[in-house]
Amino acid sequence: MTARTDAVAANPVEAFLRSDRMPHIWCPGCGIGTTVNCFARALLQAKLNLDRVVVVSGIGCTGRVAGYLELDSFHTTHGRAIPFATGLKLANPELTVVVYSGDGDLVGIGGNHFIHAARRNVDLKVICVNNFTYGMTGGQVAPTTPLGALSTTTPYGCFEQPFNLPQLAESSGAVYVARWTSYHVRQLTHAFGEALRKKGFSFIEILSPCPTLYERRNRLGDGLEMMKYFKEQSLVRHGAPTKELGLTFQGPIAVGKFVDRERPTFLETLNQQLARTLEAQYAGCAGEHVRD
Amino acid sequence: MKADPAGVLTGTHFLDGDQACCEGALAAGCRFAAGYPITPSTEIVERFAQRAPQVGGMFIQMEDELAASIAIQGAVWAGAKAFTVTSGPGFSLMMEHIGFAAMTETPCVVVDVQRGGPSTGLPTLPGQGDIMQARWGSHGDYEIIALVPSSPQECFELTLDAFNLAERYRVPALVLMDECVGHMTEKVVIPPAQEIEIVPRRYTARPPADYQPFEPGPDGVPEMVRAGDGYRIHVTGMTHDQRGYPEVSAEAQQRLVERLVAKIRGHAERIARVEETWTQDADIIVVAYGITARVALRGVEMARERGVAAGLLRPVVVWPFPEKRVRELAARARAFVVVEMNYGQVALEVERVVAGRAPTVLVPHAGGTVHPPEEILAAILAQAPAREVAR
Amino acid sequence: MDAEPTAPPGAGQPVEKTRRVRGVVYINGLRCKGCGFCIAFCPPKVLEFSSEFNPLGYHPPHLVRPEGCTGCDLCGLYCPDFAIYAVMIKNEPEDTRPPAPPAEGAPP
Repeated sequence: MTARTDAVAANPVEAFLRSDRMPHIWCPGCGIGTTVNCFARALLQAKLNLDRVVVVSGIGCTGRVAGYLELDSFHTTHGRAIPFATGLKLANPELTVVVYSGDGDLVGIGGNHFIHAARRNVDLKVICVNNFTYGMTGGQVAPTTPLGALSTTTPYGCFEQPFNLPQLAESSGAVYVARWTSYHVRQLTHAFGEALRKKGFSFIEILSPCPTLYERRNRLGDGLEMMKYFKEQSLVRHGAPTKELGLTFQGPIAVGKFVDRERPTFLETLNQQLARTLEAQYAGCAGEHVRD
Repeated sequence: MKADPAGVLTGTHFLDGDQACCEGALAAGCRFAAGYPITPSTEIVERFAQRAPQVGGMFIQMEDELAASIAIQGAVWAGAKAFTVTSGPGFSLMMEHIGFAAMTETPCVVVDVQRGGPSTGLPTLPGQGDIMQARWGSHGDYEIIALVPSSPQECFELTLDAFNLAERYRVPALVLMDECVGHMTEKVVIPPAQEIEIVPRRYTARPPADYQPFEPGPDGVPEMVRAGDGYRIHVTGMTHDQRGYPEVSAEAQQRLVERLVAKIRGHAERIARVEETWTQDADIIVVAYGITARVALRGVEMARERGVAAGLLRPVVVWPFPEKRVRELAARARAFVVVEMNYGQVALEVERVVAGRAPTVLVPHAGGTVHPPEEILAAILAQAPAREVAR
Repeated sequence: MDAEPTAPPGAGQPVEKTRRVRGVVYINGLRCKGCGFCIAFCPPKVLEFSSEFNPLGYHPPHLVRPEGCTGCDLCGLYCPDFAIYAVMIKNEPEDTRPPAPPAEGAPP
């Protein structure tokens, strides 16, 4: 009995966390931790060599994810997680490179890198926790803030059209596109697993509560209230055309896997092109010899 | 360690500075470059894109300079030697990532082929206006190393040196070319690989259990690992402790910034490098670098022809600044004449180091073309003793 | 050592013999920030907020109906603070839940 108790005494996600950094900085009711929890479980199930899994974050609340995971992890500059990850992946194609960041980081300041990495189909797993606002800086309007929502920089309501992220990802070239919320823990864990196995630019948008800066300002209650909204208003629409996935303030949410297709990755096309053109002069698969 | 022969184009060539710079990178073992097209630097990566696949390397053209300057750092943490190249406006965009490289101690090389500025300025014509930006352009306190070639031969040699210095001290090393040097074609001699000394990355031999990624060695420089080696490191641009974990406190900031600064300042005299011509007996020390040093040398020659004891001090490494040598010369020089294609950047350093022991005169130029040697001569003569000039 | 999961409050209470105990919940009261996700989304509703405060000043959950826990671990998946998880007990005779590890940071 004692042995069995010891075996179960550790939280299964603990092995993926830098426990010496807990408790983390995220607010009570913030959903980022839930997504990390699901991610850790997906890693557990994926049975990857964790020494070869790297997490790259940008700046912001979700940007702190890298620092809490017991993996090789890089907390880069604002918006630039994707190009950093691109360099990592190209110089060592054996790495599984996960970009884990927020909406403002990935599609606000980093939007240019997002579309180009998707276009090139760099083999990255891009996870975007979308809490509709810039949380770390105090709740400013984001490229994802729904029309009409209040933020500190749209005190009379947001008057900018938000991005439809699955549509942006698909039209830019992503091979895997899904959207879930931090309520959909089982589906999200499954989606992480699919993205980890998928070769090419994979994108998962996760809607997540920001109780402190988005919900409170918009009088939407706490994190739990937002989770209940996700539960009640989400409709699973696997394979739905991504142009139909735009979000409105507290409106219905389409969730599911929308895109799962095959396209050659950046390194595959690069190697194919160089091998064809240079023939014997090509010194080998790019990425394999780049390291010293 | 000696250079990998695969990347070394041994022989005597007729190359422009941009091409020679590319060969310097390849000889140094650089196998990853990321860039964004910008005149007058693009030829460096054009050549790299052509050469790299034949020596096991690769080039990626990124979507902008921000991306290029961070993609190389990702590649470095994966184990590559990597560089990016740019010019004025692109260099401005790269500033944040020079700070990131300094903070995360990521050895990498950034080449800036200077053109006239500010803003779009003179895309196809030279300038030297980025010297201070190279030193101070990213926010906060940090140190970098910057080398200033004045010939295609030096574009080869100093790019190679920049990689070695970046690895030795784990800092971003900058090569500050200018449009003239970049586009000037001359003889470039590339030695055999076995004669080229390479500083390998300072990887740790310790097992993960006794390794902390930012624990300084005796020289202040931490040992490195690669992503994927099983060390499960964390690297952040935030102020961090030796484990690499963010630590937001005055104490952590003091410890870290002090070390980042000290690891270069403490070795400044080893890194600093100058070339001197006729300075031994010189009354007037002309300070010039890059293409301007070649024009200034003509000015010095003309002064010598008129009997004025002028000499040329050319910083080859401009950052850290060769303070010791300038201070020595200040003890006996009558005046310093700083010739540069800007409105006073290195002149400020000379003035600071000379500290009033002799007048420091600036011969400025806004860029677009080099100084007329006569202008340099006039500035020298203005500082010379009356009897010498009269003769 | 806040990494060590702690005993669910209510551990060791007599278990109704007629109900098969299928799961056990571990709660790390030191990490909990009281968001209530685990309580709200527990399918058999076996958790409630404790009236006690943890050192962070929040009310962690406690197990009020141990016999109802199925060990589905949804609480563990939802927890944003890695402070709770549940384990399914397989092929166990009745009332033999594993002895819980020593309590630490859990509300008394």
